[in-house]
Amino acid sequence: MSNSKLNILTKGFFKENPTLILVLGCCPTLAVTTSVTNALGMGAATTFVLLMSNMLISALKNVIPDKVRIPSYIVIIATFVSMIDLLIQGFLPSLSASLGVFIPLIVVNCIVLGRAEAFANKNTVLDSLLDGLGMGIGFTIALTLIGAIREILGSGSFLGYHFIPSEYNMLIFVLAPGAFLVFGFVMAAVRFIVNKREEKKKHCEN
Amino acid sequence: MEYILMIIGAVLVNNIILVQFLGICPFLGVSSKVNTALGMGAAVTFVMALATLVTSLLQKYVLVPLDITFLQTIVFILVIASLVQMVEIILKKVSPSLYRALGVFLPLITTNCAVLGVAINVTQQTIIPGHGFSVIDNTLYAVAIAIGFTLAITIFAGLREQLELVEIPKGMKGVPIALITAGILAMAFMGFANLV
Repeated sequence: MSNSKLNILTKGFFKENPTLILVLGCCPTLAVTTSVTNALGMGAATTFVLLMSNMLISALKNVIPDKVRIPSYIVIIATFVSMIDLLIQGFLPSLSASLGVFIPLIVVNCIVLGRAEAFANKNTVLDSLLDGLGMGIGFTIALTLIGAIREILGSGSFLGYHFIPSEYNMLIFVLAPGAFLVFGFVMAAVRFIVNKREEKKKHCEN
Repeated sequence: MEYILMIIGAVLVNNIILVQFLGICPFLGVSSKVNTALGMGAAVTFVMALATLVTSLLQKYVLVPLDITFLQTIVFILVIASLVQMVEIILKKVSPSLYRALGVFLPLITTNCAVLGVAINVTQQTIIPGHGFSVIDNTLYAVAIAIGFTLAITIFAGLREQLELVEIPKGMKGVPIALITAGILAMAFMGFANLV
């Protein structure tokens, strides 16, 4: 794999992380991160949709007329979302119950439509596939990080294994305010690190 | 009485932004001034009521009788997207002053997950116990939810106007401090839990 291809894949992990740097797809990030399991499930579902829709849109980019491209993208995305929704309902009913309405809402997740519009309709199928995979993994990393903090602090467990006695749990972190607080602090920390790096780079150039 | 309880529940107890986490993008994006927040709230109320009315009718008279509820997501998002476009075109012709007030917010609403979220939510739960699936109840619920949206976004805009004047660490500026403020606001709204 050449360097540029690797770059397309890895830029979504940290440098252009869709959730923590570009601030896209906040609703699922806040809603489903009560536990690591939910975060991983949501991340995997979104990655699947991103991958498939990016690939198909990039393959059809010369066929779709420019004027109706947004509705066409929405239909393509909605088709894959319905597929993954039915698959999760069929094979993982407990995950489907805890993610609830947020699986069908992947349709309006700005990350998916954003990548279709910003990347897939200009690049080749392989590049779009890598971009979708990278962005999906970046989204999953962000969700899992926030989910892990909330689950450890809020319910004293990780992936369902309890290791902190329940009298030391801070319930607020599993409830709504905890979602906003943890997301805010994680984003601030990531921005702090990114700022530091850029300053260092500038310093070296001088 | 049950309608009053439903409205209090939708506006305060199950506030769409601070409790259900829907519509966070406009909440963080356009809520830096109270006036724009009110405009956005009005546009969302209008579209949400209309969208829920149309999607509930479709659910009741098309999707369920034909047994094609698996198409729900596709049908609903297409209806909402075209509805927003239609409202935009009609408003431009019929009421230019209202269009100027709401116009800039309308395209943003298509990707507002709150509209699709409420449309899907009302098909999965009964709004008022014992009433069954009622199109009128659903529409009223959507209006109440949208009022809750406007309330949260307006309070938040007021807070953010103040926040701009405060000195905070560089990494915290912008969205992170807004999220932390929203967390404290959500804590305040938790006081309404179990009210209904």
